[in-house]
Parts: sequence; C-alpha cells; structure tokens
Amino acid sequence: MIKKEICKIISQKEIAQDIFQLNVEADFVNEINAPGQFVHIRVAKALDPLLRRPISISSVDKRNSQFTMIYRKEGKGTTLLAEKGPGMLLDILGPLGNGFPVNEVKAGETALLVGGGIGVPPLYELSKQLTAKGVKVIHVLGFQTESAVFYEKEFLEYGDTYITTVDGSYGKKGYVTDVIKELDFDCLYTCGPTPMLKAIEKQYSHKKVFLSLEERMGCGVGACFACVCKTSNELDDVSYKKVCSDGPVFRAGEVLI
Amino acid sequence: MSRLNIQLPGLNLKNPIMPASGCFGFGREYSQFYDLSKLGAIMIKATTVEPRFGNPTPRVAETSSGMLNAIGLQNPGLEKVVSNELPWLSQYDVPIIANVAGSLEEDYIEVAAEISKASNVHALELNISCPNVKTGGIAFGTIPEVARQLTRRVKEVSEVPVYVKLSPNVTNIVEMAKAVEDGGADGLTMINTLVGMRLDLKTGKPILANRTGGLSGPAIKPVALRMIYEVSQAVNIPIIGMGGIESAEEVIEFFYAGASAVAVGTANFVDPFVCPTIIEELPSLLDTLGYEHISECRGRSWQEHGQLAYHRA
Repeated sequence: MIKKEICKIISQKEIAQDIFQLNVEADFVNEINAPGQFVHIRVAKALDPLLRRPISISSVDKRNSQFTMIYRKEGKGTTLLAEKGPGMLLDILGPLGNGFPVNEVKAGETALLVGGGIGVPPLYELSKQLTAKGVKVIHVLGFQTESAVFYEKEFLEYGDTYITTVDGSYGKKGYVTDVIKELDFDCLYTCGPTPMLKAIEKQYSHKKVFLSLEERMGCGVGACFACVCKTSNELDDVSYKKVCSDGPVFRAGEVLI
Repeated sequence: MSRLNIQLPGLNLKNPIMPASGCFGFGREYSQFYDLSKLGAIMIKATTVEPRFGNPTPRVAETSSGMLNAIGLQNPGLEKVVSNELPWLSQYDVPIIANVAGSLEEDYIEVAAEISKASNVHALELNISCPNVKTGGIAFGTIPEVARQLTRRVKEVSEVPVYVKLSPNVTNIVEMAKAVEDGGADGLTMINTLVGMRLDLKTGKPILANRTGGLSGPAIKPVALRMIYEVSQAVNIPIIGMGGIESAEEVIEFFYAGASAVAVGTANFVDPFVCPTIIEELPSLLDTLGYEHISECRGRSWQEHGQLAYHRA
C-alpha cells in the first residue's frame, strides 16, 4: 500500500561526483515488496519546484525501518535535496511501482545485473536479495568516467563486478554491452539509459530479460498519464502501460522502448 | 458539512471541492488514499468516442510554480468508460461530471448522448478547450459562434445539465462565456490550461514531444481569478473555478472572484490528499473569516451582498 509520510533523514553523503546517497527512516519500509520500486519526494514545501521527484530505492533495512536512495544532483529539485542533512524531514510518497521479480531465477542459477549510470542503484538491493536466495550474481556497471563510479566495493561483496567507463578512465573502456557479450547467465536484470536498454533487449531477445524504464512523471501513481508507453501488441495502437504504476520494471518485449 | 453544501444545475454538492478533469483519471488511483465519497464531485478524464493513446512522451515538463502537460486526451473510449469506469465509480456516493471531448461536432454529440445516460453522471463538462490535440478541442473553444452552436447541439441530446469548459487562450473570454450561455449552457468551468513551452538547455529543442503544452498549477492562478471575476459579472450561469488551487484559502479567493464551486487539478499530483485536506480545513477558515456558509463568499469582489438563488440547498 502506498503511504504519504514525513520521513526523517538519517544520513546523506556524496559518494561520487554529484552522486548522493540518502538514508531515511520511514514506516512504509515494511510495504516495500521488491527491489526496483521507487518513491516520490517533495523536496521543499514550496511552490517551486512544484512536482515531486521520483527516485529509486537502492537498499532496504526493514529491521531499522530505513531505506537508502542514490541519486544524481542535476536539476533544481535534486540540488535542493542534496543540501539536506541528518534530522531534517522529507515528504515522501511510497513505495511506488512494481520492482524486479526475484523469483524468476532459482538457487544455483546465474543472474546478470546490468546498470548504467544512475540506473545502477536499484540493482544493489536486487543483488542482495538474489544472493540471499542462493542465486549467483554477476554485475556489469557502466559509467561515463572515473569520477562518476560508485558502489564497486559494495557490489563486489555479492559477486563478480565489471566496471566500464565511456572514456576508459576506469575499468574497461566502452559500454556494458561490450562486456556482457562474453558472459553466460539464466536471467538478466537491467536499469539505465534507454539506448542501453534497447541494445540489451535486441541482443538477448531469446533470453529472460527484465528492464527498468525511466520516464518523466507527474503524479507517480498512475492518474495523470504522463509516463505512458505503448505495449508491443501490433494489432492495436492504443494499448499502453504506465511506467509509474505498471512498471517501472517490465519483461523485455512487453512494451516498446 | 452543512456549511459547505452547494446546489448547482444537476449537482447537489456536499461540498464545493472536486478534482479537475485529467488530474484524477477515473478515480481508481486516488481511491487507495481516501474515500472518494468525501468529494463534492469528480470530474473524470476526458472521454472521446474511440480509444485514444494520446501524444508521444515526454508529456510533462515542470515550470516555475507550475507544469506543462501535453497528454493528448488519452482515454479508453466511450464504450469502456460507460461499461467499466462509471459502474466502478458508482460504489461511491459522489456525483460525476463527465468531460466530453471530440474532433468533430458529431463526436461530442455521440459521447454526450451516451454518457449522460449513466445514472451517476449528473452533469457534463464540454471540453472545447484542450490545447493538446491537433483537431477539435480548442478549435471549438476560440470562436464564439462555433462554441455556441456546439453547446446548443449537445444540450439537445444531453440528459443532464451541460457545463462548458472555457479556454483562457482567447482574446475576449467574456464574449466566449456569453456565447455558450446563449447556446444554452447550464454552467461554466474555467479555466483550462494556458498554452506554453519549455526548451531543453542542451539540445535547444522543446522538452515536450508535442512541442507546446498546457500550463497549469499555481502559476496560472491570477489569470484564472481575473477571468472568473470578469465572466461571473457578465453571465447568469454558475462557474466552477479552477487554476492553481491548492489550499482552503485559495478556494475562498475563487469564491470571492465569482466561482460557485472549485476544482483542484495539478495539486493532486503534489499531494494526493489535497482535496480531503481542503474540505477538512474549510469550516475553520470560514470561522476565521466570519462566514456561516461558504456561499456568502461568492462574488464578494464585485457584489455588495452577493448571493444568488442557486447557492443554498
């Protein structure tokens, strides 16, 4: 069930250039049911910026009623968010959307987790949960450049981790798609920029693949029809899914990206 | 709640607060937050004869104290609205105002005739002001004679009172209002969004795939108030006011300008509980301001002892 809650910030720190890790306390943590769900944050009780910011959940600590988000400081809203510190309060709506299905892989099987840039964070909780059920996980994480790389050590705790950078300043030079060609897996989970998702979907049309999409949102709960995408049904051109409430995670081929 | 009830053509409102069309879907999403029977009414998403997918994305862009949208009247079409959405809404004790849209006059007539038969549809909102579709919509809302004619034709087939939603994207809103009143409109809803644009800093291109979109939110409130102030003095039909409302204080301001009820749009996205919160806060605000009933606020900006017959239940 979705809650609107005033949550207390436990900690916030910059973990890479313009990448912030924000930890908050919330009663609705118990409602989080899958990795890859997100929350909708009102960064200021003001008219400007007006709308909430959708930010994915990167890890969940149910015992302490806390969860963590990792986001990039980019526009007006995330800049305001980045200024907040421990003890301050945040108006958060969540948990929202449908996350990655962890039951699609069995113990002993291999899952490949592929993240690009700010699409990396939700894969962390996914990796934790898959590992806990005995799935072997491999991570391939792509970034622009060395200063943008984060969480390599954290992912390494759960499995092999390959890092790529576009400019070659860290890890392997190139894109995640260059690395995953050489890897074998039973199920692939991915989150990142749309061109990356498209390339992966095309490359693995015969495999079990789950994609997390990003789209500009209004309400975050399915009412405003801002974040709509077409389904792959070629017989009609009016069938749709909403990224916020039907997604953000879809099975590859379910929607047109 | 007897201090908030309002009688309007076709509508016996327990309070004058309703979510605006396009900002509340068909109510399902917000029903997980609160009991929809608390609302004065619900203006459901625009319905067209055939299902519509709407515009490509991005469909929204934030602006200072507002947002642009170009959804493009996405809806499941008349048949599904009548067979699925309206029956689902009938579990709630709340009158529905059905927003009717189309490309041709015949489309409006077909939707109006059919949807007005539903038992929980107590009024229609004729959408002649959507700025985001290429044909129809706003084309009917910017030429007085065309709007008058369409209103008349829809009135002939509708089984419930017809409110016409006015576009602010006109030179003379009073002329438009008078034209639809002359065409037989039972009321007005105003204002729809203002056409606007935002550009991407990196690409130099419009952010919205549709290039332009409708501006809503607190940024347009002064425009809405001015237009309601002008129109309410020029016509003899009630106005449901909208445009940037997000608090009880602003509801009163819209009543002062001349509105008889109000709709809340964009604010639902910011706070899903905004409508019930406003409803809860209104009585104490009336106390603070010294009013017994909310209808006493209506038209105070221009009336000495403003109160019209249709206000009291």
